[in-house]
Amino acid sequence: MSITYLEAIREAQARALADDPRVFIYGQDVGAFGGAFKATKNLAVEFPGRVLDAPISEDAMVGAAIGAAIEGFRPIVEMQFADFSTPGLNQIINHAASLYWRTNVPCPITVRLPSGGTSGSGPFHSQSMEAIYAHYPGLIVMTPATVEDAYSMLLEAVAIDDPVIFCEHKYLYYHLKAPCLPTEAMPVGKARIARAGRDLTIVAYSAMLHEALAAAEEMAGEGTEIEVVDLRSIKPLDTDTVVASVARTGRLLCVGEAWPWGGVAAEVIARVATEGFDLLDAPPQRLNAKDTPIPYHPDLWSVHRPTARSIVAAARNLLRM
Amino acid sequence: MLLSRVLDEKMASLYRGGKIHGGVFLGRGQEALSVSVGLALRKGDVFAPLIRDGAGRLAFGEPVLDAVRTYLGSALGSMRGRDGNVHRGRPREGLFPMISHLGAMISVVNGALLARRFKKVEGVVGATCIGDGGTSTGAFHEALNQAAIEKLPLVLVVANNQYAYSTPNSREFACRDLADKAIGYGVAAHKVDGTDLEKCLHTLREAVAQARGGGGPQLVVAQLLRLCGHGEHDDAQYISAQFKQSHFGRDCLKVAEDHLLGRAWADDASIRKFREEAALEVEQAVALVQHEPGPDPYKENWCALASRHLSERFETPDSAASR
Repeated sequence: MSITYLEAIREAQARALADDPRVFIYGQDVGAFGGAFKATKNLAVEFPGRVLDAPISEDAMVGAAIGAAIEGFRPIVEMQFADFSTPGLNQIINHAASLYWRTNVPCPITVRLPSGGTSGSGPFHSQSMEAIYAHYPGLIVMTPATVEDAYSMLLEAVAIDDPVIFCEHKYLYYHLKAPCLPTEAMPVGKARIARAGRDLTIVAYSAMLHEALAAAEEMAGEGTEIEVVDLRSIKPLDTDTVVASVARTGRLLCVGEAWPWGGVAAEVIARVATEGFDLLDAPPQRLNAKDTPIPYHPDLWSVHRPTARSIVAAARNLLRM
Repeated sequence: MLLSRVLDEKMASLYRGGKIHGGVFLGRGQEALSVSVGLALRKGDVFAPLIRDGAGRLAFGEPVLDAVRTYLGSALGSMRGRDGNVHRGRPREGLFPMISHLGAMISVVNGALLARRFKKVEGVVGATCIGDGGTSTGAFHEALNQAAIEKLPLVLVVANNQYAYSTPNSREFACRDLADKAIGYGVAAHKVDGTDLEKCLHTLREAVAQARGGGGPQLVVAQLLRLCGHGEHDDAQYISAQFKQSHFGRDCLKVAEDHLLGRAWADDASIRKFREEAALEVEQAVALVQHEPGPDPYKENWCALASRHLSERFETPDSAASR
């Protein structure tokens, strides 16, 4: 018996629907079809009237979720791909994110973004949008990297009184498995030491955690001990855990699948430079996707985003500094 | 309608006297339509007014104090100085505060109506207003289509005041009549002369009753003219003299007063008395609010999240030093 990352997302939604009558799901093809990735498989049957197919209208999908939230509901909006959240950006960043600040009325909506690259998906089905959403005050941005976190953080997302952008990674949907669903969870806002080490800290999140862990494993064979920090959520960002890790290792490499400009890796480096400059034995480094649209061809794609191989190369460079 | 006009005039006068920070946006010329929306709704309904709906707000039950406090930035207002002027409301009481992005409120009203349906609350109507320019947005299209699909009791009121800020209808749409859009969405359409209070009252009552009775979304399109600038900063020199002299250039408040006088439902003295009462109410509210405190930036929690424990503290050298 094992459960995949995708099944964990489906199970979390089933439990949220079962536990709380205020929860409903709204998105394209989420009803009888069960969603483009089957993250809502059978939920429309199990919870009649609470899993609604939406027209291809991302702005109106989020707007309706906001209206329902004002009325006390806790909607989950499924964007078919993270890339397609941009037509709904206005309602998310200007409306949902500002509502509590302006009116004192919370806006507990969860927007699920099937994020990140998979081979052959190309420029418009591969994007990682977390930095854009994290830029705006009033939003929580979660980036689970494990089956356990996908389950427990999605349940926490639904329970939180603020709008949550839930970035679930499509690359992990089918391949990542756990023996069972978790019974305990770390709270949102706490990063996790995914692998302990003393020579260099790699900060990663979402699918890049697994590339970083593979890189750390490879370098362990060379006698280098790499510490890997899984951010889990990028807003709030657990600066304390990152700085404490850098205090142990003296070297920092931040890895993100998203583009470099104004990204999460840049933010982590800014915080470590501000709060822990004297802990650094070498200039902090970042490794991101190349600053181009995401390519279709697998040979281009495999070089476009960071991989265990490029992380090893960056880590070796950093250790030589 | 009269109270709204008097309140608007007072806000404009305070603006000119430098007493209001930010813009002031009047509903002059649109009161007959707006008040008819507010009067057709009842407690328990949802209303998302737009920029020129002071009259509709008052008719729906928004206190004069809410308007004055938001314009003057009182910490005691519903927006607590965090948002200003027409961006005010009480979401929990069904009065939704607009964001500036046109068309955005329509789907939010849809969502509230969906929620009422989930709760099995029947006989509720949601109304929201927009201008001719707002019909050009994608949000307008998405939301009206969404309401039609879900057969929601939505009343969408378009005040065609001929100009979106300075842009005339000819640069906003090419259809013969905005009401013709209804057929494309599969919703009912109503057309009304927005300068005529009696007709507006009748049309809005009819549209709201149809929505309440299960008739699905209702698109109401009113023809009128904005008798002021986009805001008080705007002299509206772009509004053509031809429009100003046309039927739609007449003042709906004057038309309504003449109607009362013509039917002998009121005389000059009683209309004067109505105006004096309205002026007194507004003056009292302003006098009260002018003595109220503004928000204190040093006591502000600067936290955008309801979940305060998840809020990040962004330290800067000066904030760290001040601790």
